[in-house]
Amino acid sequence: MTIWQTIILAAIAVFALKLAGYLVPPALVEKPTPARIANLLTVALLAALIVVQTVGGQQGLVLDARVPALIVAAGLLAIRAPFIVVVAAAAVVAALIRLWT
Amino acid sequence: MSDAAVTERRAAIRASFAVGLAVAAYGVSFGALSVASGLDIWQTCFLSLIMFSGGSQFAVIGILATGGAAAGGAAIASGALLGTRNALYALRVAPFIGGPWPKKVLAAHWTIDETTAVSTAQKTLVGQRAGFWWTGAIIYIGWNLTTLIGALIGDLLGDVSQYGLDAAAAAAFLGLLWPRLRQLQPVVVAIGAAVVAAVLIPFVPAGIPVLAAAVVAVVVGLTNWLGRRP
Repeated sequence: MTIWQTIILAAIAVFALKLAGYLVPPALVEKPTPARIANLLTVALLAALIVVQTVGGQQGLVLDARVPALIVAAGLLAIRAPFIVVVAAAAVVAALIRLWT
Repeated sequence: MSDAAVTERRAAIRASFAVGLAVAAYGVSFGALSVASGLDIWQTCFLSLIMFSGGSQFAVIGILATGGAAAGGAAIASGALLGTRNALYALRVAPFIGGPWPKKVLAAHWTIDETTAVSTAQKTLVGQRAGFWWTGAIIYIGWNLTTLIGALIGDLLGDVSQYGLDAAAAAAFLGLLWPRLRQLQPVVVAIGAAVVAAVLIPFVPAGIPVLAAAVVAVVVGLTNWLGRRP
């Protein structure tokens, strides 16, 4: 699959899900279980993406400058720093560690 | 419009600007990361214009970054799974989005975390509608402009910026996850999903660890383990 095919199909899927909420009668889906699963899906996927992005490598797990960068990001989030500051700080920490090691 | 309605509307629009401008600003990080993940500027802007759902967009580029075009299937599946919550948001906002179908289609396109949060926080119909449309418009314009800026910056910096951009992507996901960890159940799901992903990384192709982690959410969600009883 090419990058274009991937992003077009993914965009269609995401839009179809949004539109589905306007087409389906609310009583059918507004039960607690589907709502709970959808919320937890978001949590699970984001947590897995963090792991893949932090310790994923070409061959298995890799511990490198990304780990301290993520710890700094978590610390900044804990003191309620803005999103853009957190993202930029992580990039700078990782870049500096790679520069010095 | 009565005085009270005007006041409600103004309050909703103020909330829209506060949320909208803050969120639109991080389009820069999406744009830069997307280019670093191997997408070109057009593809990056396509995602913000047509997909328009931050979590799904970051997921798609994150998986393409590690697995390349070969991980396309996993990228689509992850983006779609992260987009399922938008369907639930649509159910909540649909009752106060009136009007003909073209308007509903635009509303669907703009049904995301922030428009739902701002609109459902308003007490009156006037406020809810104003909150939804203003937040949607501010974020749509802002997110796409800042995506383009980020993509241009990423393109300009090229390889130099890649030294820290992978860590920035992880931090972006953490920033999206953080506000969702206020109760025990989501925290347990997050830890479980992280463990599943970490264990699978050495053994399966890129993208699959993320999809496998979704099973944790489905199992805990179905059984409502550690959840509050209705």
